[in-house]
This record gives sequence, structure tokens and C-alpha cells, in this order.
Amino acid sequence: MNIHEYQAKQLFHNYEIPVPEGKQATTPEQASEIADALGGDGWVVKAQVHAGGRGKVGGVKLAKTLAEVTGFSRGLLGERLVTIQTDSTGLPINSLLIEKIYPIKRELYLSLLLDRTSERLIFIASAAGGMDIETVAHETPERIISVQIHPAAGLQGYQCRKVAYALGLKGPQHKAITRIMQGMYDLFLAKDASQIEINPLIETDSGDLMALDAKINFDDNAVASHPDILAMKDPAQEDDKENEAQQFGLNYITLEGNIGCMVNGAGLAMATMDLVKLKGGLPANFLDVGGGTNVEKVCEAFKLILSDSSVKAVLVNIFGGIVKCDVIASGILAAIEQIHVAVPVVVRLEGTNVEEGRALLSNTGLKIYAADNLAHAAEQVVALAETVATNDSVLSIEQSYDYDPTEKVGMFKDLLVRKGDRIEWLIDFNPKRVGEPPWERYENYRGSKTVGEYLANGGLKEDLRYDWLHKEFLKVINMTDEQSN
Amino acid sequence: MSILIDKNTKVICQGFTGKQGTFHSEQALDYGTQLVGGVTPERGGETHLGLPVFNTVQEAVNTTGATASVIYVPPFYAADAILEAVDAGIKLIVCITEGIPILQMLRVKAAMAGTGTLLVGPNCPGVITPGECKIGIMPGKIHLPGSIGIVSRSGTLTYESVHQTTQQGLGQSTCVGIGGDPIHGMNFVDVLRRFQDDGQTKGIVMVGEIGGGEEEDAADYIKAHVTKPVVAYIAGQTAPAGKRMGHAGAIVIGGKGTAEGKIAALKAAGIEVVSSPTDIGVAMKGCFNA
Repeated sequence: MNIHEYQAKQLFHNYEIPVPEGKQATTPEQASEIADALGGDGWVVKAQVHAGGRGKVGGVKLAKTLAEVTGFSRGLLGERLVTIQTDSTGLPINSLLIEKIYPIKRELYLSLLLDRTSERLIFIASAAGGMDIETVAHETPERIISVQIHPAAGLQGYQCRKVAYALGLKGPQHKAITRIMQGMYDLFLAKDASQIEINPLIETDSGDLMALDAKINFDDNAVASHPDILAMKDPAQEDDKENEAQQFGLNYITLEGNIGCMVNGAGLAMATMDLVKLKGGLPANFLDVGGGTNVEKVCEAFKLILSDSSVKAVLVNIFGGIVKCDVIASGILAAIEQIHVAVPVVVRLEGTNVEEGRALLSNTGLKIYAADNLAHAAEQVVALAETVATNDSVLSIEQSYDYDPTEKVGMFKDLLVRKGDRIEWLIDFNPKRVGEPPWERYENYRGSKTVGEYLANGGLKEDLRYDWLHKEFLKVINMTDEQSN
Repeated sequence: MSILIDKNTKVICQGFTGKQGTFHSEQALDYGTQLVGGVTPERGGETHLGLPVFNTVQEAVNTTGATASVIYVPPFYAADAILEAVDAGIKLIVCITEGIPILQMLRVKAAMAGTGTLLVGPNCPGVITPGECKIGIMPGKIHLPGSIGIVSRSGTLTYESVHQTTQQGLGQSTCVGIGGDPIHGMNFVDVLRRFQDDGQTKGIVMVGEIGGGEEEDAADYIKAHVTKPVVAYIAGQTAPAGKRMGHAGAIVIGGKGTAEGKIAALKAAGIEVVSSPTDIGVAMKGCFNA
């Protein structure tokens, strides 16, 4: 779980880690009042979003006057910030952090995190602060030091001194860095953090150390036992579908493809996404329905996948261990009863109660395919998604020219058809002038069963408009109208 | 021979009388596992599934002579359950529980150092030696006694590998699900070493996923020490960076733990890495036809 910078700094303050004087604002007026109260001759206005890289995209502004504070705040609040760490739609800026500006002598780096290899918490420190630490680690690994903490011994003085000397700190700064490291360590243990990062940790002109930025992540497995941390959760910073999934105890992650995936088990869910890609498709999501699933959960999971309009086909891949295949099948059937399923669904079931599961899904009259073989199932779903995507591609045909005599304006009304729409032929001869190009084209496209076929056989958009709307040689039957009938 | 467990292994269950413990204990008994009792505090002296219930693991060990324990207790009690089993001298602990806080596992692992007890999991399907002993939540039916050792971080991908090696007629010597948490017990190298030394095991399937660096360590180990054919598969090639893919440990942080990196390391060690999870069985079979 992530929290905002202003929340992380409140926690820092509670654990005696020095932070700049500042306060959170949600309106431009409030921002200006906070700045006024802070005093001084300059302020920093920081967009509060759950992503790094804010500075490079205008999410952090330096204001010299109160009017600038108001102006910058007005410009940021309500907007979405796109950084290198967000997707292309970015994250909403619903609040700002207004802080005093401090003269910076040096920028340092300090973080505390879990090292999986050593199975220890480790501090990572560098005198090259303010930069992306991964870049520093890659380009100048000698500028990074780390200290491992044994869980029984806890943080020791020599470890703090080691960091202090590596960062080139002097005199009273040794005491200051020790207090900061101890604060981070105590906070980490008390609140079940998974990472605490200060980048940059600044040395001011007067030699004080201060956390100019603050980032804390928490262990999702432990956060339920920390109501104060849970209260800091900001759903607006997370994907709507991911929030919804969480309420039903589902592991869901939105991706950018068009093939919905419902799988049991995290490993198999990842493998299914990979397989879809391998077969030429793109997964629309990661979804693990989990081990102890039930009919309701499967039903909600299925509805969640279908609520994504970009989904053109669904692949259900279940290897039943604890999960019973008939439970999955019942969940899918329940979902189908509740919502209209307009896309093809490929189901692959294996494992516990597989026969019962397959039996439930047979003879449903729906586009459900029982795929015995996972590779085949993936190929099938990719092909089906492609067909649906092609059939869904919209073609706009000028239907009529409406002229309004009083306003003296005319406009074309457009009629939308899709390549999958069916064509019904109303005449059985070629009505065009023999030997002319339209006649030639008609010869080629006559008898086409869908709009897609009509176009593929050389029919033009103009031909379709003429044949259908002007002369009624044929009729286009809308796919969605047909389904709702 | 097999690794870790066989038909003589005596097993107890912690969280025996709970819903999960009861269901999977029934399954284990059906499979022929020598389940000899269980532990639920304050329920000592009762009989459950025809077996004795004990208040403490120590009592259970003293009375039954069990050397293995399987844990089905809820996440916030699991660290305590593991350490109780360690303290009672259990040799092999299989912890199925998912959702144990990372800091608790950190302390558990530090406390286990030097005790000689082996831990499998947490957040894992368990261990099975087909036809002999099943400790965990895997469906017994798909297994076939045979020659392939399977080790995986994922439960369902273990089943997938089992299913395919069964279909190929190879069968399995022992299957170990090491679990999807960032801090866990036995790792790939611990299991690979035992498969290499086991006479029954002729080939090894290793299923990894994004996050951490254990697959890279395994690649180094296999190159230096494993002479048996190994087929590997890595899940998560399409996973976006920074997102936790279901397993707490399946996350790419700061460009570390990517599927590409792991696949490259395994290939550089001369290991056959299949790009599709559906090719595991066929590739393993292929190693014996050549």
C-alpha cells in the first residue's frame, strides 16, 4: 500500500525525522493561507500523487509570492499528472503540499528496505542524492553503501557511523543521521512498512539534515493490523477496477490489451498472460480468483472483466486444486444470467471436478468453448478477439443531408455500421449500367454476407450508401440490434 | 528414493480441526499419507478424523513420533506455529498459509538459523512424493510415481507441470512448491541439490517467476553442480513493473527480478527454457529421447 508524501512526512515527524515546515492544501485559497502562515520569501508547491518523477513534469513548483502560490495551486488542483511512473492517463491531483524553501548545500540519499537475498532489512545510502538511485547503482555503484540489520540485534551505532562517514557527515551531523536512521527503523517495524525512502535527504547551508521528500510503502499482508495506516489509503490514486476487485478479495491488475483473463493462482495467471502474448494477442488484465474461491467471487470476477469495454474475448483458465471446476463453471453461469455477454468466452478447465464443470458449461447456447488444451485455448481466444475487434471496427456512412430552411444550414447525418454487420440482399441481379466501373464492382461484391466482406470484395463506402440507403438493393442488419432482440 | 518425504514419513497437522485443516487432512488420508494426529490448542484429548488432537506440537511429537508438520493456521498465527514446530524438533515444516506479514517471516527465518529444521513455504501448495505421501493442497489424482523432480514458486504451475509430465508418461519423483512469498524457507538451490543427489530423479522441471534473484542463483548452481537435464519456465514476461502479481514476491522493482533477466541467466547456464508453459512436458520428454 502507498501513501502520499504529506502523510509520510507526518509519520516522519512522529518518529523525529526532521521534515520541512509545511501543510497539505486542497484549495488554492488554503494553499495561499498556509504559505502566508509559514512566512518566508518562497514556497514550494508539490502535487500529491502516488508516483515519483513529479518534478520533471511540472508537479513541483517554486513560488516567490503568495499570488504565485495561488496561481500554481489553481493550475495543479483537479488536473492529472503524468510522470514516468504513471500510465498515459496519469493520476489525479486532489491535494498539494505547501512547504517552506530551505537553502540546500548537498543532496543525499537514504532508504530502508527488505533485501530478499540476505533476508534482512538494509539501509542504502549514497552521497549522490536527488537522482534515480537505480541509475546511480548502475553507473557508479561505488557511490552506494548498504548496511544489513540483524532482526535480533536491531540497528547498531557502528552501522549509523558507517553511513555517516560514507556520506561525509561531520560533528553534530553524526548524531542527526543516527536519530534519522533509528526513526526510520522504528517506524518500519512499528507500522510494517516494506520500504522507506528519503530522496533527497538534504544538508542545509546551516548543516541541518532534513527529509525533503518522503516515500513509504507498507506490507499489504500486515496493513489490516494498522488502522491508522489503512485510514491513509487514497482510492482516487488507484485504478477503479483494482479497487473494486479488492473488495471482493480478488487480485486484479488492469493492462492494456483486449483479451480478458480469469485464472486461478498467481503463477498460472501470469503464465496465461504470457501465453496470450506468445500467440499474438495482448492481455487486458491479470486476474487471480484465488485458492479459496466461491461462486459469488467467480461471478464478480467475470463481471469485472466484462465491464472493461476494450475486452473483445475472454479466456478462463482453471487448474483446479482447491478450486473446484464446477464452482468456477457455476460462477460463470451466474454471471451470464446477470449480465449480457456479447464477447466470445474460451474456457479451459482441468483438475478437481473437471467433468462436472465441463458438463455445466455444455449446452448453454452461449459462446463458451471447452478447450482441453491450454495452447489451443490461447490460440482460439486470440483469433476470436481479432475477429471481434475487426467486426467492431466502425464505419461511418453519410446517411442523409438534413437542411433546416429557417436556419439555412444543412448537415450530414452519419450512420454507424460495423464490419461484422450482416447484409441482406433485396434484389438478385446487377442493377448498374453494364460495363461501367460500378457494374464491375457490383459483380465482385454482390452476395457479400457482411459489411466487412462487402468492403473486402471491392465495394466502396459510397457504393454501400447508394445500394442501401438510396436504392434499397440491400439492407444492413445491425449486430447489436439483432442481439438485443 | 525420493526427496524430503516418503511412505514412512509421519505427519501431523497444525490447525487440524479448522476448515482448511480438516478438508486437506481428509484428502491426505485418502491419498495414503501417514497422518498421525494434529494440533489445536485447547482441543487436546479430542479425536478428529479418527486421529488424536494435541494441545502442543511437543506433545504430538512425543506421542506419535511425527517428523513432519503441515500448517493451515491463519496468517497472523502462522509465525508462531512455525516456531512451535521448530522448537518441538520437527524436521520438515510445510507452511501452506498465505498472507503472513513479511517482518514476521524475517524474524522466523533468523530464529530458525542453525536449528536444522527445513521449512517449505509459506504461501505454497506443499510437497508430494506421488503414491507415497502428500503434504499440502495439491490434487493427488494428477500425479504419477516416476522420475521427474518438480520445483516451483507457483502452486497452479506446479500442477500444470505435474499434469504434463504425467501425460508424457514420465511421472514425478517428488514435487516441491517453495512458495510465492519474498521471504520463505527452502529455495530453488536447496531443492535442486536434493534432486541431483536423488537416485529416482532423472530430470528436473524448475518453474520460476518474476521478483527476487533466486532463479539467477539456481542458474549458477545448475551450471556448476547439476548433471541431470533441467527444463525451466519463467512466468511473468508480460507483467508490468512495480505491480505485485498476486504473489507477494512476484514484483519487479527498479528493473530487478525481470523475466527477461532470469531467462537470460538460465539460458547462459545452458538450461533449456521453454517460452510457453504448455511445452514443459514435451521438452522434458525430449531430453530423454535425444
